[in-house]
Amino acid sequence: MDLITELTILALAAFVGFEVISKVPNSLHTPLMSATNAIHGIVLLGGILVIGEADGLLSKVLLVIAIAFGTINVVGGFLVTDRMLEMFKVRPKPDEDA
Amino acid sequence: MPLPLASLLTNASFIQILYIVAFVLFIVGMRQVTGPKTARRGNATAAVGMAIAVIATLLTPTVGEYALIALGIVLGTVVGVPAARKVQMTQMPQMVAMFNGVGGGAVALISWAEYRHSLDVGTGNPPLDTLIPILFAAIIGSVSFWGSNIAFGKLQDLIPQKPISVPGQQVLNAVLLVVAIGAAVAIAFGQESQGLFILILVAAAGLGNMVVLPIGGADMPVVISLLNALTGLSAAAAGIALNNVALIVGGIIVGASGTILTNLMAVAMNRSIPNIVAGGFGGGGGGGGGDDGEERPHRSTDAASVAIALTQADQVVVAPGYGLAVAQAQHTVRELGDELEKRGVEVKYAIHPVAGRMPGHMNVLLAEADVSYDALKEMDEINPEFETTNVTLVIGANDVTNPSARDVEDSPIYGMPILDVDKSEAVVVFKRSMGTGFAGIDNPLFYEENTEMLLGDAKQSVNDVLAAVKEL
Repeated sequence: MDLITELTILALAAFVGFEVISKVPNSLHTPLMSATNAIHGIVLLGGILVIGEADGLLSKVLLVIAIAFGTINVVGGFLVTDRMLEMFKVRPKPDEDA
Repeated sequence: MPLPLASLLTNASFIQILYIVAFVLFIVGMRQVTGPKTARRGNATAAVGMAIAVIATLLTPTVGEYALIALGIVLGTVVGVPAARKVQMTQMPQMVAMFNGVGGGAVALISWAEYRHSLDVGTGNPPLDTLIPILFAAIIGSVSFWGSNIAFGKLQDLIPQKPISVPGQQVLNAVLLVVAIGAAVAIAFGQESQGLFILILVAAAGLGNMVVLPIGGADMPVVISLLNALTGLSAAAAGIALNNVALIVGGIIVGASGTILTNLMAVAMNRSIPNIVAGGFGGGGGGGGGDDGEERPHRSTDAASVAIALTQADQVVVAPGYGLAVAQAQHTVRELGDELEKRGVEVKYAIHPVAGRMPGHMNVLLAEADVSYDALKEMDEINPEFETTNVTLVIGANDVTNPSARDVEDSPIYGMPILDVDKSEAVVVFKRSMGTGFAGIDNPLFYEENTEMLLGDAKQSVNDVLAAVKEL
């Protein structure tokens, strides 16, 4: 893929990101942040792509750490976001409860 | 006979299609996070997108070293899963800071390894359209890793939350920035040197440390959002370097989200981002609050009197702040709210956008304590209601209720939107002592005629009030 195509994708995705995320209400900003942390874990792909061609112990160690970091973001981010969002509920009025 | 399916699976176009599916799922998932009812599904949708992206990458023919990949994934899972399961909701700011940090760190490490690879294969520096994004990712990734570590340390109380500054800080920051960018420019202009690359990482690391150290605890919502944006941008840059569309889109979504939050937080504090990054609140114009030396009279109250006022009210508003999180008082507050609602009192919660240490911090705490989503009101929604509120309980919040932000033009926080708690009939402030808040600014609210102070540990005080209400 050439640079111009990539920059085009980058610019368009930035606009989509702004449009979608600016609609998230203040009350959900903490789960939004942890969900975006999880999406950031996509750097994991970078580690996977590079490690196959890496030579030398140091490069391999760096990349195993990078993959581990990315995985922490992915699994930790999605799990903790799920834990939080599970708690966000609209409670029925107390009188309907009784 | 070679299986046609197998060749299809590793076909470059097929992998690209999987990437497109993945980032579409990210965007759909984020769209669902806009409402509390669909948010959980949205998170799951994004997680499916991530799984597809990882599988697509593993199918790429050039990928090797599967054992090492598995090792990294296992290590990350072993650390990430228990951390996500056990973390308390009061500790979410630290958790997000840590996630920001490891994300930025991963980008910095990948860019370093990628640069080493270009040098190793003997072709020298990669072409500029790869090299420039690598250098960018290295700088931003390293700043974000080290900055996030400091933010984590402050939030976890490993480092004092007070602004820490050294003499000549601004000059030092400028030098570090010039060194990092200068080394990057030298490489871009043809220098082939791993030493220079390491210098970039180190100078950026120093910059990350030095920029976050002088920022006070109250500015943390801005810092965390900013670091979030930076990690996202660094991932997008790595995506361009590695020609990976999923990384580009995923990274820029995070960058967009972090940028939006950074702006919202800065607006909610009426401060510019450069102003926050340039140094701590307390260091700035702390004296501007006026009459510092003078002891002004305040009125103290006790749990029993508060209980009586609460049970006689039609509407009670709770304005929580970071002190609520520190005291872990959210469950007790919810119990008090339930007890009052049983007696026909309407209870609402007023949430300032920068209450706590990260965007939405109070909402998560109160949701954990099982407070209904409906009862949590944003600032603009609740402010007109204070005039018809009988009692407002300010629990562990200070600067976000400070009327001098509205009335005193030379106050350092003048212009910051606040919760107009002082307009309610009566205000009870739950506070550990009469000390000033993080901003170090005196709060005239405490001396108003309609304000009473209930000093002590917030959780204990709320508990006492709860007990007194039950006895009535």
